[in-house]
Amino acid sequence: STFLKDVFSESKAPPAIEFAKGTTTLGFVFKHGIVIAVDSRASMGQYISSSSVKKVIEINPYLLGTMAGGAADCQFWERSLGMQCRLHELRNKERISVAAASKLLANIVYGYKGMGLSMGTMIAGWDKKGPGLYYVDSDGTRIKGDVFSVGSGSTYAYGVLDSGYKYDLEVDEALELGRRSIWHATHRDAYSGGTINVYHVKVDGWV
Amino acid sequence: EITAGLRCIALSDQKKIYGCFGAMAAVCDTQASSKPIQHRFQPYANNGGTVLGVAGKDYCIVAADTRMSSGYNILTRDSSKLLELIDKCVLASAGMQADRTTLHKVLRWRLQKYEQQHGKSLSTGGFAQMLANMLYGRRFFPYYTFNVVGGLDEEGVGAVYAYDAIGSYERYKFGCAGSGNALIQPMLDNQVGFNNQPATASHDLSVDEAVQLVRDVFSSAAERDIYTGDTLQ
Repeated sequence: STFLKDVFSESKAPPAIEFAKGTTTLGFVFKHGIVIAVDSRASMGQYISSSSVKKVIEINPYLLGTMAGGAADCQFWERSLGMQCRLHELRNKERISVAAASKLLANIVYGYKGMGLSMGTMIAGWDKKGPGLYYVDSDGTRIKGDVFSVGSGSTYAYGVLDSGYKYDLEVDEALELGRRSIWHATHRDAYSGGTINVYHVKVDGWV
Repeated sequence: EITAGLRCIALSDQKKIYGCFGAMAAVCDTQASSKPIQHRFQPYANNGGTVLGVAGKDYCIVAADTRMSSGYNILTRDSSKLLELIDKCVLASAGMQADRTTLHKVLRWRLQKYEQQHGKSLSTGGFAQMLANMLYGRRFFPYYTFNVVGGLDEEGVGAVYAYDAIGSYERYKFGCAGSGNALIQPMLDNQVGFNNQPATASHDLSVDEAVQLVRDVFSSAAERDIYTGDTLQ
């Protein structure tokens, strides 16, 4: 991963290739499922390359993955994960569990550890054990939890999210909490912005 | 180093003295900059240029300038950045010309392979995904190209896909890439996307309006960006 850095630090090098990244995403588990909320800004260095990026990747109708860090890394590997989940379904005649899906991704990414992938993603879904939310990282971290926020604006989002979070929220309150947390993060973080997308993962899939 | 040079003169004949004087001159140079200098292989070059795509209800415009530059030199005013594939899809790539040529070559080959294996030609969306996968295949040594794919989707609606260097992509109504990116994108946002315009201004652009807009936008960019100019394809 230092190859590109060396190449672009020469004085005669062309402008460095910047990859699209920078974001705020969050997810939390509550009584009626999981709420995922994301912003939609992609920045390449200081240039906003897009303010309508889809940062929630629909792996399949009941599994969602979020994108934070390098956009291409997340898009590519979550698509690849979708393919592997489908293969699992075909081989085992039953849906893959969220734990297994997140582990597949974590293991793939661990193979590239140290080579410069940048991904901070949450895998959310509803399987036999109920709602499951895992945080998977390009360092190889994989943790199960109830509340996560990832990205450059995550600290701002955590502030609002933690102060309003209760397991017993109703659906509309939870969606509003997710939306508000992202809004506050986009307000203060230069790398987050655009429109806010909120997804709700229920027993029968996400909406 | 200076003592070594002197020793050289003491031992040598006429020819070597010239060499030693040269060596002594070099010695003086390196003493001025005392840090070790790393000389490494520089694989990338920025040949400049800008590309854009605008999608409408039943049309798609892909435009690129034809200037190829290197530093302050213009290498040619006549190099094409476009690749026409299948009759309903065009790829435009700005950035390094060598990577562009190779990328286009490989894509042409992959397209042929698909047609031979599947018996039908690739759709625009399929092509867009294939390009993304190919770019990501070189994740750790990227193609230095900034791509825009434009075409008609299965329903005949215009589609533009814009990429970053390693293949992150998304479908848009309009997009641009290259050195004039920062100049053209806001213009497109305002005139094609009707951002920050009163709601009444928003309407579907006709082909002629869009073509005229693209021409004007490129002219403006060429005024302000040294790497963009010459003819528009």
